[in-house]
Amino acid sequence: MASMSNYDSNINKVNESPVDRVFMMGNTVFLLVITVIVLLPLIFIVSASFSSAEAVIAGRVTLWPVDFSLLGYETIFEHKKVWNGFANSLFYTFFGTIFNVVMTIIAAYPLSRQDLVGRRVITIAFIFTMLFSGGLIPTYMVVRDLGLLNTRAAMILPTGIGVFNLLITITFFRTTIPPELIEAARIDGANDFRTFGSIILPLARPIIAVLALFYAVNTHWNTYFQALIYLKDQELFPLQLVLREILIQNTIDASMLIDIEDLVAREGLRELLKYSLIVVASVPVMIIYPFVQRHFVKGMMIGSVK
Amino acid sequence: MFSKSKRHTGGRSRVEESTLRLWQRIRRNWQLYVLLFLPVLWLIVFRYAPMYGAQIAFRQYSPAFGIEGSPWVGLANFIRFFNSPKFEPVIINTLVLSFYSLIAGFPIPIILALSLNQVKTHMFRNSVQMITYAPHFISTVVIVGMLFQFLHPRVGFTAVIAQSIGMQAPNWMGDPRAFRHIFVWSGVWQEMGFGAIIYLAVLSTVDPALHEAAVVDGANRLQRIRYIDIPGLLPTAMVLLVLSTGRVLEVAFEKVYLMQSPLNLGVAEVINTYVYKVGLLSPILDFSYSTAIGLLKGIVGLLLLIAVNHAARRLTENSVW
Repeated sequence: MASMSNYDSNINKVNESPVDRVFMMGNTVFLLVITVIVLLPLIFIVSASFSSAEAVIAGRVTLWPVDFSLLGYETIFEHKKVWNGFANSLFYTFFGTIFNVVMTIIAAYPLSRQDLVGRRVITIAFIFTMLFSGGLIPTYMVVRDLGLLNTRAAMILPTGIGVFNLLITITFFRTTIPPELIEAARIDGANDFRTFGSIILPLARPIIAVLALFYAVNTHWNTYFQALIYLKDQELFPLQLVLREILIQNTIDASMLIDIEDLVAREGLRELLKYSLIVVASVPVMIIYPFVQRHFVKGMMIGSVK
Repeated sequence: MFSKSKRHTGGRSRVEESTLRLWQRIRRNWQLYVLLFLPVLWLIVFRYAPMYGAQIAFRQYSPAFGIEGSPWVGLANFIRFFNSPKFEPVIINTLVLSFYSLIAGFPIPIILALSLNQVKTHMFRNSVQMITYAPHFISTVVIVGMLFQFLHPRVGFTAVIAQSIGMQAPNWMGDPRAFRHIFVWSGVWQEMGFGAIIYLAVLSTVDPALHEAAVVDGANRLQRIRYIDIPGLLPTAMVLLVLSTGRVLEVAFEKVYLMQSPLNLGVAEVINTYVYKVGLLSPILDFSYSTAIGLLKGIVGLLLLIAVNHAARRLTENSVW
């Protein structure tokens, strides 16, 4: 990142013309406006989640909690369905990501080897699926015929390999592992399995980190559609499906959670619960993302090197 | 994508020789093929088997007969879609939503990247980046949930603001006229920061000497953006534009589906949601009809991508392949 503005620091700042100074001021204002636009909805949601049900229903919350209260969070805590969804999502994300990363790495390494006969054909076979697919129903039929409907495996096996991720991994191997290194290993008597295990995998650590993040966040934690079509059993639902029921289909009955007779208060709690739920559902990713965003950026950059 | 010298095709002995060498090369790398076995098996089962199954678009599929046993009906399923009253609105909704998203969503990350690239203060630059990336990591369900809450006619942010100035906030989410704007601009809100990453990466590779020379020549910042930064971004922008134009029929299906309600279905029904409903939600599941619509979308999408890529190559010499 530091290298990006090198040329600016080299240029004498005293030389900045009035036109440039006005431009830079405008630029700063523009970025501040963008930042505020991005932040505003987030602050509103968090503030509402820490307010009282009465303040929420009366529409008194804007950008600061009103009548600070943790009732929304306490209510979620007692909601078994949410925790079950949380546990399921953790399960799918953990095992799904392992499956995705392993499959991607063992596909990418052979496909990165220039001396592999058929490399081109297989790579194109993968890329083609990016451009054209059998479609929703035929894919559903395959999953059905394999007996995977309504099983945990249906959340993991069909995700397999993301072609974009495969391509960045191939690029990574091609650009970071010199063929001479593989040749040297061969001369030293290592076979391909050995080379893969003791030379390639240790060197692949950075790309494994990037892949794990891409798959965990984009393929598993944040998606709901796969679960919607393949799962029937409520017990198997990932968090996103539970959230869909509560946030979008409005199928939560707050009275079942806490005894409240007053209709208005009950509706207030229902709305409050939604705000708290939005926060709780996003917190895991929001906590880790500042630490991992540079890996995402790195992945995007590898991907942009064609 | 990958260049390779052409193998010679000479006389007979040469052919035999190269066949032998080919076989040797395959044998020497047998362990690499072992590694590839599972991924290729996966590719065949989960990606190519569905393509084979897509033939039910030309049959009247019934579970009792299976894929091969169901009777052929030619193009009947496609013709049924063309004649259906749903055809026109579904196609129009898909195209309007896609192009609106493209027109709004394409330039904004570029502008953001150009603007961020001018910032010298690291703290400020990093903070803006960090904040604008954040929404990308929020799930679609939560984003749509947030929209419902933020725009809620009684407890939402817009309602509170409207009430404070003595007005009544409209029910945005129930208003079909607002649907497209909400869909597109919430998408821009969520993805502009993340979309800027790739352009920032490209800008960091622009030769500093160009800027230094421009400064010596008396160019101001705006001129340097216009004549150095923007031309530098053009190839990347072109490739991304080609790719997104090839995907205009896809739309962000997961989000559209969540935002649908009986009130806005007139503008919110797109090809993908219709395929899903016909195939897996309606009382009489029609696998063949649904597959036909999906297949049509896939083929048109592929042709579109090829055409746009061709046009881009002829016009700007930048293309995906």
